[in-house]
Amino acid sequence: MKAAVVLFPGSNREGDAVRAIEMATGHKPQIVWHADTDLPAGTDLVVLPGGFSYGDYLRCGAIAGRAAIMDAVRAHAARGGLVLGICNGFQILCEGGLLPGVLMRNKDLRFICKMQHLRVERADTAFTRAYRKGDVIKVAIAHGEGNYEADDETIARLEGDGRVAFRYCDASGVIGGLANPNGSTHDIAGIYSEKRNVLGMMPHPENLIDPLVGGIDGAGLFKSLVAA
Amino acid sequence: MKARVTVTLKTGVLDPQGKAIEGALKSFGIEGVGSIRQGKVFDIELSTQDRAQAETLLKAACEKLLANTVVENYRVEIV
Repeated sequence: MKAAVVLFPGSNREGDAVRAIEMATGHKPQIVWHADTDLPAGTDLVVLPGGFSYGDYLRCGAIAGRAAIMDAVRAHAARGGLVLGICNGFQILCEGGLLPGVLMRNKDLRFICKMQHLRVERADTAFTRAYRKGDVIKVAIAHGEGNYEADDETIARLEGDGRVAFRYCDASGVIGGLANPNGSTHDIAGIYSEKRNVLGMMPHPENLIDPLVGGIDGAGLFKSLVAA
Repeated sequence: MKARVTVTLKTGVLDPQGKAIEGALKSFGIEGVGSIRQGKVFDIELSTQDRAQAETLLKAACEKLLANTVVENYRVEIV
């Protein structure tokens, strides 16, 4: 598993992503600068980390989604290569046209930084094979714009094709109501591309890989990628 | 040549910021506000003097970056 982590001006979770990947694979991923036009040869996985690329100016992820490196990321995804966008990375994937929909301001306008339960919607993808379908995992969320919205037709297509990766839920796996932190449509916390080789998610699995900092429920995602 | 691009949320898209502003105005005692939708305005200086060229350029700018057409509409005015 050869991984690359893209660094945009304003990214701030790249170190966490690097650490999680290194812990799972034993290899340090390469950091790639946003203005580069090529990914390192033989890249299997591209990670777009969390943060505030370009200060969230214009719209979250809007400018980064059109950065030079994104043409290479789109080509990598089109070839079936794996792409993981976390938090701002998810916003960048939506703005960059790799995933449908958009992340809007949280329903109650507040920046939310807390632990959150998620339900794993399917366990047969490159990102989730170390989990079981229906598993409830506890990870961190930290975002101001995590309210996933798309037109009705897109939502129906995502649901119909089983492209919802994770949903917000409570500790017992029940979705809806107060378990939804940001107003996201259908409690969506993460979605896959059509071929399920691109995953965008608002929560931070890379921060839950060490019992010392609150749990290891995020480690399964990186373990899954090793097996991919 | 100067232009103004206005980007607004499409009808039906939830606008919590607009709602908060609406609520604030009401709490300040400003009567008669029905509803508020927040948008963005871009004042753009163009190097071209050709109107048709300006329109093409501005449309490209809107489609490529200024508006996210999933949730936003845009309007171009050359002033």
